Order: sequence, then C-alpha cells, then structure tokens
Amino acid sequence: MINLSILLIIPLLSALAVIFAGAKSARMVALLGALAQLGYSSYMMLSYMGERAAGNTNQMLYQTKMSWFAPMNIEYFVGVDGLSIAMIMLTAVVVLTGILISWNVDKMPKEFFFLLLLLSLGAYGFFISLDLFTMFFFLEVAVIPKFLLIGVWGSGRKEYSAMKLALMLMAGSALVLVGLLCLYFNTNVNGAHTFDLLQISKMHIPIEAQRFIFPLMFVGFGIFTAMFPFHTWAPDGHSSAPTAASMFLAGISMKLGGYGCLRVAAYLMPEAAHEYSWIIILLSTIAIIYGAFATLMQTDLKYINAYSSVSHCGFVIFGIGMLTKTAITGAVMQMVSHGLMTALFFGTIGMIYERTHTRQVAQLGGLLKTIPFIITVFVIAGLCSLGLPGLSGFVAEMTVFMGAWQNPDTFSRVATVLACASIVVTAVYILRTTGASVMGPIKNPDFLTFKDAAWNEKFASITLLLCILAIGVAPYWLSDLVSPDTQLIMDNISRVVGK
Amino acid sequence: MLSTNLIVLIPLLPLISFLLIALVGRKNFPNLCGALGTIALLTSFLLAATVAYDYFFVAGKVNGIYQQMVPMKIKWLEFSPNVSIDLGILLDPISVMMLVIVTFISLMVHFYSLGYMKGEERYATYYSFLGLFTFSMLGLVISSNIFQIYMFWELVGVSSFLLIGYYFDKPSAVAAAKKAFIVTRFADLGFLIGILVLAYYSGTLDFQTLITRLTTPTDQLHAITTASFLGASALTWGLLLVFMGGAGKSAMLPLHIWLPDAMEGPTPVSALIHAATMVVAGVFLVARLFPVFSISCPSALQVVTWVGASSSLFAAIIACTQTDIKRVLAYSTMSQIGYMMFALGVSGYGGEHGLGYMASMFHLFTHAMFKALLFLGAGAVIHYVHSNEMKDMGGLRKLMPVTHITFLVACLAIAGIPPFAGFFSKEEILQAAFHANTTIFVIAICTAAITAFYMFRLYFNIFWNKEYHAVSHVHDDHAAHDDHHDHGEGPFTMKLPLMILGLLSIVAGFLPFAHLVTSDGKPLETEFHITFSIAPVLLATGGILLAMVFYKKENPRPQAIANGLKGLYTAAYHKFYIDEVYLFFTKKVLFNLVGRPAAWIDKNIVDGTMNLLAFITEQTSYLIKRMQSGRVQSYAAYFFAGVIGFVLVFIYWWK
Repeated sequence: MINLSILLIIPLLSALAVIFAGAKSARMVALLGALAQLGYSSYMMLSYMGERAAGNTNQMLYQTKMSWFAPMNIEYFVGVDGLSIAMIMLTAVVVLTGILISWNVDKMPKEFFFLLLLLSLGAYGFFISLDLFTMFFFLEVAVIPKFLLIGVWGSGRKEYSAMKLALMLMAGSALVLVGLLCLYFNTNVNGAHTFDLLQISKMHIPIEAQRFIFPLMFVGFGIFTAMFPFHTWAPDGHSSAPTAASMFLAGISMKLGGYGCLRVAAYLMPEAAHEYSWIIILLSTIAIIYGAFATLMQTDLKYINAYSSVSHCGFVIFGIGMLTKTAITGAVMQMVSHGLMTALFFGTIGMIYERTHTRQVAQLGGLLKTIPFIITVFVIAGLCSLGLPGLSGFVAEMTVFMGAWQNPDTFSRVATVLACASIVVTAVYILRTTGASVMGPIKNPDFLTFKDAAWNEKFASITLLLCILAIGVAPYWLSDLVSPDTQLIMDNISRVVGK
Repeated sequence: MLSTNLIVLIPLLPLISFLLIALVGRKNFPNLCGALGTIALLTSFLLAATVAYDYFFVAGKVNGIYQQMVPMKIKWLEFSPNVSIDLGILLDPISVMMLVIVTFISLMVHFYSLGYMKGEERYATYYSFLGLFTFSMLGLVISSNIFQIYMFWELVGVSSFLLIGYYFDKPSAVAAAKKAFIVTRFADLGFLIGILVLAYYSGTLDFQTLITRLTTPTDQLHAITTASFLGASALTWGLLLVFMGGAGKSAMLPLHIWLPDAMEGPTPVSALIHAATMVVAGVFLVARLFPVFSISCPSALQVVTWVGASSSLFAAIIACTQTDIKRVLAYSTMSQIGYMMFALGVSGYGGEHGLGYMASMFHLFTHAMFKALLFLGAGAVIHYVHSNEMKDMGGLRKLMPVTHITFLVACLAIAGIPPFAGFFSKEEILQAAFHANTTIFVIAICTAAITAFYMFRLYFNIFWNKEYHAVSHVHDDHAAHDDHHDHGEGPFTMKLPLMILGLLSIVAGFLPFAHLVTSDGKPLETEFHITFSIAPVLLATGGILLAMVFYKKENPRPQAIANGLKGLYTAAYHKFYIDEVYLFFTKKVLFNLVGRPAAWIDKNIVDGTMNLLAFITEQTSYLIKRMQSGRVQSYAAYFFAGVIGFVLVFIYWWK
C-alpha cells in the first residue's frame, strides 16, 4: 500500500542527512535520496495504474487526512490522481538529473544540495495536497530556496535576478493567498468553512465571488508559469541561476503554476474560467508568438531557452483556456514534456558553459566536432523544442492544437492558427542557434582541448532523453494516465456552463 | 499475401540500421557500417519487391479492382473517441509502388555511397542518417492516417536537414540545411492547419474513412463545400492548406527556394532525397487525397494544376542558365515534379478520366529511375573533376565511358525520346493535358522542348565541348581524397548502380503501368497514338540539336545569345530574384519589424514596468525611512505636529 507521506519523508530525511554528512559525501547522500525518491514515485505510478486497471474509480487515491489547525479547518489532506502523478514523476526525474548535473559544485556543496532537496520537498507536497492551505504552504517552501540558490551560487547580476524572481513569485503567492482566503469564506460545510479541494469542487461558489477570486488565483499561479506579461522574472532568473536551479525553475517551478491554474483556478471556479477564457486565450496566444519572436533576438543560450520557455509554457495556459478535454490533456502533457525538455536544455547549456565559459552564441561554433555527445543531446533537446515527432514536444503540442480546434468560434480559430504559426518561428530560432553555436567551423582553438561528457553528465542526459523518447514514441500511456482526470475537470466545467 | 510482420520489417529494418549504427557501430566498427546499412536495405528491398509482386499479381485484386488493404493499425494517441492517431499500414497501388521505388533507390544510393563516401570522417554517421531517412520515407508512404503522414513528413524533413548539413563545418551547408528545413516547415504549417480543418469536418484522421466521408454526398458535405470563408469553401481551404505542405516538400513555386541550395549535401543524398523520393512526397500526398480533390473540390485541383504547370516552365527556364551541374539537375527535378503535379491537376477520377492520375504516377516512377541516375552520374563526374562547375568539365566521354553512356541514356529518357522510359510517361501526361486544357498543354510541350535543350546543354558541356584539363578544385566535396585523377572513373560500387539504373531507364517505360496504378484501382486501357507523339518528339529533338549546335564544341554562340537576351538571361541566372524577395521579407520585415520590437518591448516596457514598480517602492521607502531615526526629539516633534494637524482638521473641516 502506498503512503503518500513517504514522498515527503524521503526528501526531508535526505535533506537532513545532507546537513550531517561531510562536505565530500553530501552529493552522494543527495543522489541516493533522489534515487530513492524516483524509485518510490515509479512504484507509486505503477501501483496507481494497477489500481485504475483493476477498476478503482475513486477520484483521488491513497488519501490521508489529519487535522492540522482545527479552528480553521486546515487539514493535512493528501491524495493523488493521474495528473499529480505525472507531475510527481516529472519532479523526481528533474531532481535526480539536477543533482547529477551539479555533481562538481565546489562552493558550499552541503548547503547547495540541502536547498535543492528542500525545493523538491515543496514541489512534492504541492502536488499531493488536497487541502488548499497545505498546498499554499508547500508552494512557499518551494519559493524560498530559489532565492538563495540564485543569490549565492548564481552568476552575473545574481542579486538583482534573485531579488526580482523572489519578489515576483512572492507577489504571485500573495495573490494566491488572498484568493484562497476569499474562497475559504465563500464555502459552507454545515455552517463552517473549508479548504478541502474535493469538497469545494462539489459546491457552488457564487458567481460574483468567482469573478473576483478567479483572476487572483489565475494570475497568481500564472506568474509562476511565466504568463505574459508577468514573465520577466524568467529570463533574468534563469540566466543568473546555477544550472541545477535553472532546471528546477523551468522544469518544476513553472509547472507548479500550471498545475495550480488547472487544479485550483479552473477546477474550482468553472464559471469564471468560462467567462474569462477569452482573456486567457488572448494572453497565452500573445505569450506564444511574442515569446517566440523575442527568443529570435536573444544572443545568450540561457536567455534563448528562457524566452522559449515563455513561449512553450504559453501552450499550457493556452490549452487550459481552450476548455476542451483534449486541449487540457494537451496542456498537462505539455507541462511534462516542457519540464523534461527544458531541464535537458538547461543541463546541456550548463555543460557547454562549464567548458567554454561563455553562453554567447556568437563566441561558440563548431562544438559538434569537439564534444559530440553533449552537442548531440543539445541538438535533440532543440529538436524536441521545435516539435519533432518521436519526441515529447510534438505529442503535447499537437494534442493542444487538436483540442483547441474543437472550439468552432472565429476567435479561438484565429488564436489557434497563430499558436500553430509559432512552430515555424521556433524552428527558426532553434536552427539559428544550433547552426551558429555548434555547427560551422571551430571558432576558438581552446575548444579542441575539451573533454566530452563525464559519467554524471551522461547519466543525467540519458535519463532525460529516455523520458522524452518514452513520451514521444508511445504517448498513449501518458494521455491515458491524465485524461480521466482532465475529463473530471471538464465535467465540472460542462456541468455549470452546459458546454 | 505476405504476413504483416514481414511488411512491418520493410520500414523497420532501416530504422534498426540507423539505431545500430548510431548507438553502437559508429564507435565500434565504423568501417562496417556501410555494409550493414546496405544489407539492411537490400533485405528491405527484397521484401518490398515481394510485397509488390504479391499485391499486383496475386492477392491485390478483388473482382478486377485493386483494393486498399490495412494489414496493421495500432492506436497511438487518442484525442477523442473517434479522432485518434493510428499508426498503420495502408497498401494500395500507389503505396506499394512507392515502397518499391524508395527501397530500390535507397539501396542504389547505399551501394553507390560505399565507394563515393569511402574515407569520409563521418562515414558511419552518414549511413545512420541514410537509414533514418529511408525509415521515415517508408513510414510516410504506407501511412494509413493523415496525422501519421504528417509525423513522418516532419521526420523526413529533419533527416533531410541532417543530410544537407552533413558537411556541418561548411557554413554554406549549414545555411542550406537551415533554409530547407525552415521553408518546408513554413509549408508544413499549412499542412497542419489543413489537417485540423479536414479532421474537424470529417470527424476522423483515418485516410479511408476521411476520403469516404468527404466524397459521399451528404448534407454535411454539401454544407462544407458551399459555406464560404474569404471566397472559398471550408473544404477548399482545408485541401489547399494541405497542398501547401505538399508544395513545400515538392519544391513548387513559390516554395521552391530551398531545393537548389539543398545541393550542398553529398551528391548521393541529392539523388535519393532531392530527386527521387522525398521531393515527390507532395505529389504523393495529392494522389493520396485525390478522390477528395477530384470529386468534392475541383477548384482546389485547379490550383494544383496551375502551380504545377507554372513551376514546371519556370524551373525549366532557370535550368538553362545555371552553371553548377547539380543545380541544373535540381531545377530539372522541380520542373519534372511540376509535370507530375499538373498531370494530377488535369485528371478526373475513375476510368478514362483518370488518365492524368495514372500518367502522373507513371512519370513519378520513371523519373525516379532516370533522375537518380543523373545525380549519381553527376556524382561520379564531381568525384572525378572535384568541381560542380561546368566550366571545369568537358571532354570527359573518353575518360569516363560508363558514366558517359548511362548519363546519355538518362538525358534521352528525361528528354522524352522513344523508346526510353521518360518518353512513355511524358506522352501520357501530354495526352491528359491535351484533352483537359489547351493552355496547360502548350506550357507542357514548351517545357518538354526546353528540358531537352538544357539536359543536352548539360550533357555536351560535361562530356564534349573542350578537352578536359585537370583544374585546381574549389568546390570540393572530397577534401579527404588526395589520390585524384589516378583513380579512374571510380570504383565498381559506383559503376554498378549506374548500369542498373541505366538499364531501367531504358526498359521501365514498357511496364504496363496503366494496368497497375490507376485512380480507382481498375485497370485502364490506354491507346498509343503515333500521330500524337510526333510533335513532342520533334520538339525534343529540336532542343537536343540546338544544344548540340551551341555546346558540342566550344564556340562563341552561347555567349552571344546570352548577351542578346540580356535582361531575361540575367533574371533567369539570378533565379528571378525570388530568394532576394524572401530574404527581404524575413530579414528586414520579420526580424526588424517584429522580432526586434518584441525583444525591445520586453526589455523596456514589460520589464521596465516591473523595474519601475521596484524603483517606486525603493524611493518611497528611502523617503520615509528617515522618520525612523531613533531620536526622541524628532519623534516628539512629529507627535506635536500630528496633534496640531489633527486639531486644525477637527476645528476647520470636521463640523
């Protein structure tokens, strides 16, 4: 039997163990913790699939409920469905690879790995929580370590970036908190209020309240997922962050936002989601196109990937805004796919940077000759980003497009065509980047002395590649895993808006 | 019928070869990779040939009509209960024909490359890419689902990108690879939206169901063929957008600009991808959806006709002025694909009306043979003289006898001289055009004459004209080869494919094609009118003679003509400046008017707002922080000032 609390205990224990380990062995402890976590998550996924195959139709499995703060009905209430499992698996993979990539951190390694594990603890907690307050608590746990990771281990304008990121994300969570409390006071269970997500989903929140709360929640979570125009923390944050922090930021942290938008905002307030869907579509379409064009003009590899993340995460919001089952399923798949792909991208950028000490595209060139393994992985990550069939990005984007096209109104159609057009722009910036940075003649004779990937880098890249391929080659399992839950979300929406 | 497992092996073997070479072979046994790939392809080809024999002569016909068979279908991704991407195999005359063409040409190229690419540093990688390409192309032609075809379409695009960019340290190759990918990606955007439109209206992605639903007259079909958006019906839009994808891959006007540049890739790759297989994917796509085009949407078919016809003439004119032999061949490919396109365009569906369809497929088949031969021959020439430029060649007929004879055969075939293969297929196309549309027929016949002229311009310039003098090589595919000029015509591995293809270019036309591949599966009886053939053959002969007068011996006539036609010649030489128009649009308009402003707005306005907020907060706190000075006197002063202030407020305003 699965106990979800173990998902929190493993990172907590490994984080504590890192503190007590020696400076040299800290990384080993962290790695073991991450491996244990991945093992347990996989075990959980398999047994979840088994339960579903055996016909278990409960909405949330493996529930645990304990009172935490009785006067306000705050509970430690956890449970998972396919959606959260997909996110947990993503987190487990990104954490493992992030630790592997930072194998050679020499500045305060203990503290570094401690913070990484703490961050993952927040993410796991967020994804399994079914109590809104507990969820918010874990969201905060996931924010603070980022500030330190960037501020201490970062590069470039790290103080500015760390501050900017922390403040913007804090503003996001402040909005979420206000929304949360408003929601709380609009609930009614036998005269008391509740934070219980499942209970709220069965209630009817007055439409006037929804109109006010939904934007707070959606924008609040939207900031996390770099929703236009609140995305500017992302480029600066990513570029200053150490490699593993970038991977966590884009691979996990941006997904916290997408998950929140879907699970909390759209699920609990379906009428408002329907009413505001045009604004969501508008903003996300802008993000997709504008992010892609902004990427075209960047010259720093990390900025390129950060802006392309804005564009790609636009698809998540776009899919949610379209409010069809297929589009929402696509949005979830895009979250997983983007998480893996961008982790791989940032990982390889980190490997390149470690060798060349520059991320400027103009100063690179011909690297394919000298470090073929890293560059091949880099190119595959790029191909995934531009939506090559057989890799995960294609599956996710196509599902979003197919779902979006089901809305027959002209506005959605135009938005979908524009979103589709981004695949061309993406191809342009990906090919320009790879063409200039890894192909062509060798720019700098120093490049000839580089060593190709070490074992930890290979391990990390191959793990991520395998996940990307597993989704890209056989997407059925992922869409099967999440689509019953997106169906439930859709049911909630169709119940009230009769769609 | 052959068991499904064996049919699946046809595309899978090249994939296995790709994976094996890329993951294991490249490191451990690089020199054996060529042989490995070739053996895989040979097996694949033998299987494909068996399938073709079985299909055409044993099991394919029911009541005299060739059936569509779906021996395999796996659900791959489900969008909604009715709409899903299924990976499947669809066997019908065109897909079986394509299976044979693709495996055969790929086998020839694999074999030829054993000699041509020998000694290359990335020899193994080259073979792995060839495997990837062959897999994708085979997956494309057997697709049973419109989304499946789109997936393999993209994979084909990326393998083409990898192979064009094979010499990745050459900036021109990188640029060409990028250009090819981006231009076709742009076209694929149309394809994708077209799929969304068609899937929405037909409620399925499966080819067979889709075609049935979109050709059976129902109220719903009536609604989507009449409801109009910007002057065209929904179905027309869908089909035209899908055709946009096809036009991009098949290098039709105005999306052709990538094809000539794609010649940066190794020459055998050009033979495989940019002549015989990938570039005809667009023709194949239109043929696949032909019933829908023809029965429900003739207006879309009109567009296909005109795009095809104009591309064919346009490319033929440019080909007359180019001096890089591979570029001449590239334009000739574009021109011949234009032929296939408009042949489909002028065709009707079923029985006698389907002549154009049959002719188009026939031409696709013969063209694959002689165009692959031309490219491989050109490869042998380039291998020998280490240059792509005509001016570095001449008088090679004695030095390269096998290449010379086979090249001549291919030139005669493409010029449409009987009894070579091209003659038969071209005749059918011309007949179809003649019965359908006089303007198209005139364009077609002019193109045929020009084709004969430029092909023999090429032939005479390479093999006759001046005596051959070894030159220092500038455009060199083969920097690794130092033993030039003493290696003779090239190894056996290069000559054998030339001879096989040469033989096929002679006999392929005698195949009873009309009995095998037709629009509705019923055998078609074609008549051969000797009177009809006189004019085209005479015109082609005229073209050849003209080329002979100009180019057989070095003489000043070509230059004089070029000077005489100054404006036209320069324009054609510069490919009618279409590249420049595109460059202007992308570099100047998109980059400067969209990209740069987007980046600027992001940095200054969106981010600026955030920084402004932070700045205001900081300044405010700076202003008020002095109040917390810790000095009791000032606190007392604030206190009394406050008291006085409130008193004043109460006295004067608070009444």
